[in-house]
Amino acid sequence: MNATAAQLWAGLRMLVVMTVLVGLAYPLVLTGFAQSVVPGRADGSLLEQDGTVVGSALIGQSFTGDPAYFQSRPSAAGDGYDPLASSASNLGPESPDLLQLIAERRADAAELDGTSPAAVAPDALTASGSGLDPHISPQYAAQQVARVARERGIGEDVVRRLVEQHTTGRSFGFLGEPRVNVLELNLALDAQD
Amino acid sequence: MSDTSAGLLQVGALIAALALCYRPLGAHMARALSSEHDLRVERLVYRLVGVDPRADQRWTVYAVSVLAFSLASVAGLYVLQRVQGGLPLSVGLTGVEPALAFNTAASFVTNTNWQAYSGETTMGHLTQMAGLAVQNFASAAVGIAVAVALVRGFTRSSTDRVGNLWVDLTRSVVRILLPLSVVAAVALILMGAVQNFSSGTDVTTLVGGHQTIPGGPVASQEAIKEIGTNGGGFYNTNSAHPFESPNPLSNFVENFLLLLVPVSFTRTFGILVGDRRQGYALLAAMGAIWASLVVAVTALEVNLKGSALQAAGAAMEGKETRFGEWASTLFAVSTTGTSAGAVDSFHSSFSGVGGGLLILNMGLGEVAPGGVGSGLYGMLILAILAVFVAGLMVGRTPEYLGKKITSREMKLVSLNVLTMPLVVLIGTAVAMSFASTRASMLSGGTPHGLSEVLYAFTSAGNNNGSAFAGLSANTTFYDTALGLAMLVGRFVPIVLVLALAGSLARQQSVPRTPGTLATHTPLFVGLLIGVTVIVAGLTFFPVLSLGPLAEGL
Repeated sequence: MNATAAQLWAGLRMLVVMTVLVGLAYPLVLTGFAQSVVPGRADGSLLEQDGTVVGSALIGQSFTGDPAYFQSRPSAAGDGYDPLASSASNLGPESPDLLQLIAERRADAAELDGTSPAAVAPDALTASGSGLDPHISPQYAAQQVARVARERGIGEDVVRRLVEQHTTGRSFGFLGEPRVNVLELNLALDAQD
Repeated sequence: MSDTSAGLLQVGALIAALALCYRPLGAHMARALSSEHDLRVERLVYRLVGVDPRADQRWTVYAVSVLAFSLASVAGLYVLQRVQGGLPLSVGLTGVEPALAFNTAASFVTNTNWQAYSGETTMGHLTQMAGLAVQNFASAAVGIAVAVALVRGFTRSSTDRVGNLWVDLTRSVVRILLPLSVVAAVALILMGAVQNFSSGTDVTTLVGGHQTIPGGPVASQEAIKEIGTNGGGFYNTNSAHPFESPNPLSNFVENFLLLLVPVSFTRTFGILVGDRRQGYALLAAMGAIWASLVVAVTALEVNLKGSALQAAGAAMEGKETRFGEWASTLFAVSTTGTSAGAVDSFHSSFSGVGGGLLILNMGLGEVAPGGVGSGLYGMLILAILAVFVAGLMVGRTPEYLGKKITSREMKLVSLNVLTMPLVVLIGTAVAMSFASTRASMLSGGTPHGLSEVLYAFTSAGNNNGSAFAGLSANTTFYDTALGLAMLVGRFVPIVLVLALAGSLARQQSVPRTPGTLATHTPLFVGLLIGVTVIVAGLTFFPVLSLGPLAEGL
């Protein structure tokens, strides 16, 4: 066997050894750890309603067409919030398509929420990076409170209190941004009825 | 707290966390890579692989070992993708098409992790963990090995031996990458990243829609994806996906992990060459470039420098609510300054000039602070160029770390500096020359369309892997061309760096004299930054002015 072939043979054997060590043992041990210590989180923080799994606290859902629910952000994942097609729009900062989308979303949201077009929250106008963003900004939630209260026939103060309960501030006061988990909030609204 | 103070605190906390780990991790890596002692598990590996750990290699043999291991890796990963349908844990997915399988194999073996596929609908769990994630470890270890071989070129004299690849590879995995990954993966699991073997949970949503919640061994892969500056997401949207990064803290940790090894490696370098100030000087140059870009890109985003950003009232297109503008720009600069290419937001929707700066950050050769290992050897190439330029100014034979920089070294350095731009610019030019390949652009006929293609080849040639993802890159042309760009952009520089290591190791060390240029001073750091920016600037300014600058100004 010449020298290069010997190196190739060693390379192949190294690949097999590494595959066993870091490709099988490492993920299996960590999966064992995750499933025994935090099984709920490791399985995707699934949420139930009346004993049935209805989604994940980490994966947003589309509530389009049902004004009694808080609406999520626009989504570029498939037809909207398709977890098998996570995607951003990737439209550029000068894209005419994106400018038109923003104008349409602004008009639609203003009409739905009965607010002035200028007051619509920016996250109501933009698609997220994952297309699965489970959150909206507190500003966008506040914009929707009156509508949801009206649609459900409950007091705005009740809705506002639920929004507050499902609002998370910045981690340690400075990491990330304040946000409202839309699916958890909507589940809490349903639990009120 | 105002948005600006919170944002500045995030930057400050990131720098503080890196500073805390700099000395201990740098020292640990130096020990791991220079120790005379083998661990028991390492001896077992050497026996299984059939190599003698005490047999140091000439640079040529070291290079052949790198290429042999990488060739075996490409072949193994290609076959695994092609046959995954018949293997366990395939979650119902069939074999990957040939062009895409080649592209992905080249991508992960070269530490690029360019992804022309969508993870959730293309790769089974076994392919992800026993194929892609293995290369996350292996390609990072190769980077460390090549870097440490170059360092030996400086520290050894009158020898033709630069070390043993199999030892460097094994120790990088066993003593550095694997322990760090275990700790990081445990942290990510506790924060809520998923880690299971589910083939998906079907749910009916509150309004009666249908969702399949995907599963996978994500956290374990996420950890090495960042630590090894690989960047290949388990899912299509990478670290923007809530299952990969569920909250601002996990995002912060992932951003930290991207920078951890490349930053601390300058300490390792300083220790190995016996002068820690040399490590500080390289780190200062890396840090200055990184910090300038963080300031510039963030300022462009929060000041809404783009029509769509202004129309929406915030730069939130392509960004997650939980991260916001500041954390997203910080991540974007970190990922393009390393060879990671992981993303927590989508760069295509950044301000025009901001997107251009991200392309430039890769075009600098990814040295701020660069990929695992590759950042150090990339910066050392530029440092040699800088001492050469300084030598020309004063008319002395340039020296760096006690080694003379002769015409042989300069030829290797020049070839190295030229390789990546050639790959990037020729690839972009070819792709822009045919109607069929131009059709892949999402924004065809606009400067942004050129930016999409330029970004793709810059990302591939520099082994980054991030994208202006509007480009439809899963075509036979792009799969093949970008696959080749990744292979040339990775292995030609590696062979040249190893040749340089061999050439330096053969020399006697020359004693310092009062006339020797000090390479640890602010003056030298300034020169190094200047050389870095001028080389990349001259190379890429023309094409940047046609794409991002035309769009943004």
